[in-house]
Amino acid sequence: MDALQLTFKRLRRAGRKALIPFVMAGDPSLRATEALLPRLADAGADVIEVGVPFSDPLADGPVIQRASSRALAAGTTPARVVELLGRVARRVSVPLVVLTYWNPIAQYGARGSTASDGAAFTRALKAAGVRGVIVPDLSLEEGERFRRVAARAGIADILLASTTTSPARLTRIARAARGFIYYVSVTGTTGIRRQLPMEWLAGVRRLKGMTRTPVCVGFGISTPAQARAVARTADGVIVGSALIRAMEPWPRQPDRAARAAERFIRQLRWAIG
Amino acid sequence: MRQPFLPRREPDRSGHFGPFGGKFVPETLMAALEELEQAFRAAQRDAGFRRELSTYLRDYAGRPTPLYHARRLSQSLGRGVRIYLKREDLLHTGAHKINNALGQALLAVRMKKRRLIAETGAGQHGVATATVAALFGLECDVFMGEEDMERQALNVFRMRLLGAEVRPVTAGTKTLKDACSEAIRDWVTHVRTTHYCIGSVVGPHPYPWMVRVFQSVIGQEARRQVLAETGRLPDYAVACVGGGSNAIGLFAPFARDRRVRLIGVEAGGRGNAPGANAATIVHGSPGVLHGMLSYLLQDRAGQILSTHSVAAGLDYPGVGPEHAYYHALGRASYVAVSDHEALQACELLAKTEGILPAIEPAHALAYVAKAARTFPRRSVIVLGLSGRGDKDVGTMATYLGHGRTPAHV
Repeated sequence: MDALQLTFKRLRRAGRKALIPFVMAGDPSLRATEALLPRLADAGADVIEVGVPFSDPLADGPVIQRASSRALAAGTTPARVVELLGRVARRVSVPLVVLTYWNPIAQYGARGSTASDGAAFTRALKAAGVRGVIVPDLSLEEGERFRRVAARAGIADILLASTTTSPARLTRIARAARGFIYYVSVTGTTGIRRQLPMEWLAGVRRLKGMTRTPVCVGFGISTPAQARAVARTADGVIVGSALIRAMEPWPRQPDRAARAAERFIRQLRWAIG
Repeated sequence: MRQPFLPRREPDRSGHFGPFGGKFVPETLMAALEELEQAFRAAQRDAGFRRELSTYLRDYAGRPTPLYHARRLSQSLGRGVRIYLKREDLLHTGAHKINNALGQALLAVRMKKRRLIAETGAGQHGVATATVAALFGLECDVFMGEEDMERQALNVFRMRLLGAEVRPVTAGTKTLKDACSEAIRDWVTHVRTTHYCIGSVVGPHPYPWMVRVFQSVIGQEARRQVLAETGRLPDYAVACVGGGSNAIGLFAPFARDRRVRLIGVEAGGRGNAPGANAATIVHGSPGVLHGMLSYLLQDRAGQILSTHSVAAGLDYPGVGPEHAYYHALGRASYVAVSDHEALQACELLAKTEGILPAIEPAHALAYVAKAARTFPRRSVIVLGLSGRGDKDVGTMATYLGHGRTPAHV
């Protein structure tokens, strides 16, 4: 059993739900990210999603777009993120998963004029101690080959499902899922929302009836109250934009930013139990 | 010359032209792409839809457009070449973009979508979409990079006059690439009520295929017209390529005529350095952007490069997957000409024929002007004149000055 499965199994036994924060590697610097990750784990995260910045993040709203721009401006590359994760994974007590778009993966280790199938990237992640990868623009269809490639490397290819996914597709996603299923709670991009419409509920219930793979919900969850509501049904809660937003006031004081992050994670932890 | 493999007419079931194309989009959009593909297939089979579209193309847009034998231009290039201009610049709204906008708007109405969104670079596709939205009583939002809004202020005002909202995009490079990303984000958010009217043969399947089908009217007419006029097929079909919609619309109907050489002309900008041009096939490599696997201008880490072209409509770091496919098969060749050469070609056409082209198709003309001496004598060339130059007069004035020889750009 791998570390992700183990984490969810332990949580399930304890009757608890996973808290999964997302941070962008290299925002505002790789050194800041390196210091931040262990602190997020200690503050109560169960899994940490680490973003590898891409110049054109289609699924992301303004907050994560800004984080990507800052990280890219600081010279962050996929290779440097992998290097960083290799250094830090052992010091972080919880499983790490990487979130990025397909093009940086396809170019990783690509030679000459053809794109890669993702083997080089997943092997590098494995060597760095990362457990899973999420690629929001790699559809179930286009990702068929990548799922085999990731499986061969021992990396969970975490699939997404959404409120517009048909029941037939949900079945296929449930069958192909590894690690956990990332259920996109709102029709839209990542970002902070005052009100979280309940449209995710039916899909999450349906998925949970289909598979034992944990279903975690993300996009738009920004307050402890929202997190608590989602955690009643979902196996985990993913929080990205709101966390990044909490750190944004201190771009030049990584320690203060990390303290703000810890405080926010503790609030979420307390809310979802 | 190696005999090219002939391209397939249709993408495969999963939306690929050879290895290119596909659907690289967030899961939220997959259902909408499926719905769109089904609606498009049904519309194609429906004689009523085809009749309605061709009526609008004829009575509203002004089709068929003439194929004009540009005699003075041809003479100025020598070697007895005959250049025929496919006059898409004479269409309503001033460019070929209206062909596709009409098709997609009719489709949106069939799908009961109340709102159209579009991305635009030069503003021509934005104007075309705003126009058809007014025509069919649909809401319309057009995403446009802040920098392009400045460059094409007149088109911004035109869209507003037509009742569309123009939404400035301030992210990234503030040009077409980011307008496209922002339109996709809007679509993800309003997918149930909104149709995303993509302006070129780019994006996820079925867009590259669908837009090509709507634009193929250019090549179908041109093929008929050149046969009627000269009694034979042309030696060359030449068009500018940004995303590549006017080019593929001209090329596709000639694609299985082995002897017709297809040449796509990309924006060479200020030179070969990364960031100085938008010549995607000439300088790029395969990768994934905006839902498609195609050629991209990118760095080694897979980040998309900023681009430059004096022609806002070509200023895009990707290219339609069917062009990537034609390139891989050797069915079409792709070349680049510089800003400077394109601007000179605007002047050349204005002075020899009294036609002021948009800077985009002036790229195609610039290539022909440069390469004509290497063409066989008496070659027949069909050149896609995709749009008129009114929108570019300001830019031309800046770069070319007034009554002087062009300054180096």
